[in-house]
Amino acid sequence: MEGPLSAVRETGGRLRGSRCADCAVATYPADSVCPRCGGPAEAIALSGTGTLWTWTVQRYAPKSPPYVPPAAGFTPFTVGYVELPEGVRVLAVLDIRPEEAEIGMPLTITAGDGVPRAVGAAV
Amino acid sequence: MSGQDVLVCGAGITSFARTEVSGRQLAVQAVRAALADAGLPWSRVRAAYGGSDAAGNADTLVAELGLTGVPFTNVRNGCATGGSALVSAVGAIRSGAADVALAVGFDKHPRGAFDPRPADWGLDEAYGRDGLMVTTQFFAMKIQRYMHDHGISARTLALVAEKAYANGVLTPHAWRRKPLDADEILASGMVNDPLTRYMFCSPGQGAVALILCSGAVARELGGTPVTLRAAVVRTRRFGSFEVFSPWAPPGTPTSVSADAAELAFEEAGLGPHDIHVCQLQDTESGAEVMHLAECGFCEHGEQESLIPFGATGIGGSLPVNTDGGCIANGEPIGASGLRQVHEIVQQLRGRAGERQVPGEPSTGFTHVYGAPGVSACTVLTR
Repeated sequence: MEGPLSAVRETGGRLRGSRCADCAVATYPADSVCPRCGGPAEAIALSGTGTLWTWTVQRYAPKSPPYVPPAAGFTPFTVGYVELPEGVRVLAVLDIRPEEAEIGMPLTITAGDGVPRAVGAAV
Repeated sequence: MSGQDVLVCGAGITSFARTEVSGRQLAVQAVRAALADAGLPWSRVRAAYGGSDAAGNADTLVAELGLTGVPFTNVRNGCATGGSALVSAVGAIRSGAADVALAVGFDKHPRGAFDPRPADWGLDEAYGRDGLMVTTQFFAMKIQRYMHDHGISARTLALVAEKAYANGVLTPHAWRRKPLDADEILASGMVNDPLTRYMFCSPGQGAVALILCSGAVARELGGTPVTLRAAVVRTRRFGSFEVFSPWAPPGTPTSVSADAAELAFEEAGLGPHDIHVCQLQDTESGAEVMHLAECGFCEHGEQESLIPFGATGIGGSLPVNTDGGCIANGEPIGASGLRQVHEIVQQLRGRAGERQVPGEPSTGFTHVYGAPGVSACTVLTR
């Protein structure tokens, strides 16, 4: 189903973002107006690769609802902000082992069924 | 500063420990304590402002305090509830509309972390379903980046909490009154890396009331009034990094705390280096570290050469969170900001008991920070 968090079609899973025509501020999810200047923003497909700006590990199961744990039960997972070349840091679940997380590491980010997800990218 | 001088003539606080007492009952206790401290009857209050986030409407307190006809304005402004009530009370005195004004903040929250809903924040339901509506993740990610950029160690985070619990031991109204050392804090279990369980505050309960007076009333009362030189509230500008953000802009984040602190110092005609004792928002250890620099008390990274050497302890060069802060007192949202002001008032009056900062401090500063990017700061002098 297409929605604000779903991938831009035929892009291999790239995120739906937007960019201000005037001040070039990029956002995610897409917004029709620029949050900085209030001018019109256009829809863009965000880059699929970036670097890790910051991260943490969710060590305990978040409260349900709203959290829906995986069928196999909760296991700690890594989350972080992935900085993309458009100049936007996108919050994502990181499908990496917590001990692998390192600020600056290259990541590939894609849209899926829910929030964006990122995995380690080949350098 | 414009208009009339504003003096804090009465300060009342309840215990911040968990009890069966309701938030409203706590508020009534705090108001009565503040009035007694000022030596004024409730009928003398000409304007009242107050609120809670989750414990009811402040204006209904008149049922217990007395139906004097006083204009009582409810304030509900998240983490800035106390600060906003105070700013309103200050305005009433400065404008001459009232010569005695009340600011009261109170709260009582269920146990456990706050429980936000994606829709209330304008977010897609997926953020809740996938486990990203967790406030502690944000605090962890902010300090994680800060430690990377400015060389702050995990041990320094633990030392902030160790100090908070040590000060809580000395504070009769604190909730957490058992000492914990840095090793125990580091070993208390990772919640969100790099923050462990005992580095966090918890939602709690408590109430604080302040009686503000004009200079003329303060002179009649005698006692030891404290001058409220500045009280400001600010919201975030573009470029800040906040809780529950699906995205953040690039570059070094802007800081609403820095904006509010700068404005408060400007209004007071004082700078950070004139301050003898301060209270900084310490939702978790990392927040106190970052707010020290954001509010102008040190350079970014300098905390690593201050905190481990006791500079922010009660006997240090800049005592911070002398009552144990949020870590030892919990965070009843509506009461938290006024608790900080109460503590500075007691320190400047020399009435802080076992936790009294030595050397007769005469200047103090308070700082609240909360979601979604709001900050309230005050500057007080004796």
